[in-house]
Amino acid sequence: MSMDSSGMIRAKSPRISELRRLIKVMCNRVVVVVGIGIIAFFILVAIFAPMLAAHDPLYTYLESILNPPSGIHPLGTDQVGRDVLSRLIYGTRISFLVGIFGVTIAGTLGMGLGLVAGYFGGWVNAIIMRCIDALLAIPPIVLMMAISAILGGGLFNVLIAIGFGMMPTYCRLMCAQVTVLKENDYILVLQTAGASSWRIMRHLFINAFPPLLVLITTNLGTAILMEAGLSFLGIGILPPTPSWGAMIYDGRRLLFSNPILSLAPGGAIMLIVLAFNIVGDGLRDALDPKLRGTL
Amino acid sequence: MLNYIIKRAVLTVVVLFIVSFITFSLIHILPGDPAAAMLGDQATMEEIEALRHELWLDRPFFVQYGHWLSNALQGDFGKSIMYRVPVSEIIAERLPVTLYLSFLSLILSTFIGIGAGIICAIRRGSLIDQIVSVVANAGVAVPIFWLGLLGIYVFGFTLEWLPLQGWTSPFDDFLKSSKQALMPVICLSVTGSSIITRQTRSSLLEVIRQDYIRTAWAKGMGEPRVVFKHALKNALIPVVTLVGLQLRVLVGGAVLTETVFNIPGMGRLLVDGALAKDFLIVQAGVLLIAVMVSLANLITDISHGWLDPRIRYD
Repeated sequence: MSMDSSGMIRAKSPRISELRRLIKVMCNRVVVVVGIGIIAFFILVAIFAPMLAAHDPLYTYLESILNPPSGIHPLGTDQVGRDVLSRLIYGTRISFLVGIFGVTIAGTLGMGLGLVAGYFGGWVNAIIMRCIDALLAIPPIVLMMAISAILGGGLFNVLIAIGFGMMPTYCRLMCAQVTVLKENDYILVLQTAGASSWRIMRHLFINAFPPLLVLITTNLGTAILMEAGLSFLGIGILPPTPSWGAMIYDGRRLLFSNPILSLAPGGAIMLIVLAFNIVGDGLRDALDPKLRGTL
Repeated sequence: MLNYIIKRAVLTVVVLFIVSFITFSLIHILPGDPAAAMLGDQATMEEIEALRHELWLDRPFFVQYGHWLSNALQGDFGKSIMYRVPVSEIIAERLPVTLYLSFLSLILSTFIGIGAGIICAIRRGSLIDQIVSVVANAGVAVPIFWLGLLGIYVFGFTLEWLPLQGWTSPFDDFLKSSKQALMPVICLSVTGSSIITRQTRSSLLEVIRQDYIRTAWAKGMGEPRVVFKHALKNALIPVVTLVGLQLRVLVGGAVLTETVFNIPGMGRLLVDGALAKDFLIVQAGVLLIAVMVSLANLITDISHGWLDPRIRYD
């Protein structure tokens, strides 16, 4: 508090904005910083893949099939003579593509339906939420597998499968948030002022979004894990596209003679998913009002 | 409470009805003729027509659905294209395998998860807490099919401690069956035990901060009595709910684990059905899994209300 020249007591505006507070809280925790560092590393690998990969990930060196690690091929070559490290590097792009677009589809559909269900309530809510309950009764990988098997493999169909598989959680969370938020005074003020449903829903969405940010962060890793699972089952990304899951699928037949073919992409998946989970946990703690001031 | 149980049971029936509709509709999102897709490129027009007639695909959509649902309620899911036998027969053969593995995994993940969670909570900030927390985080992140391959390579191939893969019924040869089931069960338990560890830890930490626990300490009670007699009872309520919801995770995991270890369970059946475009198997499998998960959710919801007397339902 401070007193101005006219003698009025004025409250000082908060020196640290909410975003800065979030960044500060997250950066105070070493494990979260490491997580952010790992994600940043993989993002850089994905962006600069053509510069980092020494070989074309699709080019088959017929004279060097199943070569062990060497100076030319640091992780060796696969069963058709492709450079494993280059495929691993380019696989980062596929993983991020699946993560970002899978979550975008799931988030857009789920949050949109959740917003409508939560705002309108009544029978609109009942119909939407019972359908979501029905989708939640099917394990995500089973649902994604069924959709992917019917639509066929390939990046686009995998994205649709992942989007639908992860959508119910977004819908449920958004609906719960909106149901609570719509009782707030500022929404009643908007309604009294004659604001359109569209405008009110926009305000509700903005206020309901922060907790969903945690889900989005952790789901980026989950989408990568799901794509890897589908590709491992042979109904995900189609060959010869360098996907980490498909690399494990191809390499498992040579597990005993050439374990690096499956173990290297699996390690990469685990690392990136772990990083997203750690950052998601950090974000959850930073946004948790109960922990405010303790972190 | 009775009203709540009835209401919850009715909702489960409604949800299952929607699940059956979604499951049935799955083959209708297939671009083109489902019968032609199921029979493959080699099929003749006569064969395609015969299958269309057999599956009622030549009737209006809702007539098809009504026919399929009434048959499904009687346990008739049609005849598998791939195996040439009724789908229900194959499921009756495969389902016990998945349930057996899931049951063992559930016990293992609950035991490990609660135990590790308690240790982490009472030794908060210690080295063991940090190690277990990192392992639990990694457990959620690890692709279980990859973990299975790693296990096969290390324990099966390199150390030769366990069989590489395969399945034997515990009624035929219990020792062999246990050895074969060990790695799949561990793989299936990893995600569940990691989730339960994290939940037990955070929920126990929250309970430990409460006044009645402080009073118990102040009365001079020993740590085991405070933790196990007073704190754990309340801390385990959300954990019990989580354990009940594990079936969804386990059945999802079975799809991948059974593929890695070549186990003839429901998961493997679904994958084979999906790859062979035998959609009758996929429909039946998805429906049956959804029924099991919904029933498990119902039991969990009811037990949650029974365990926690503070919860009152309108």
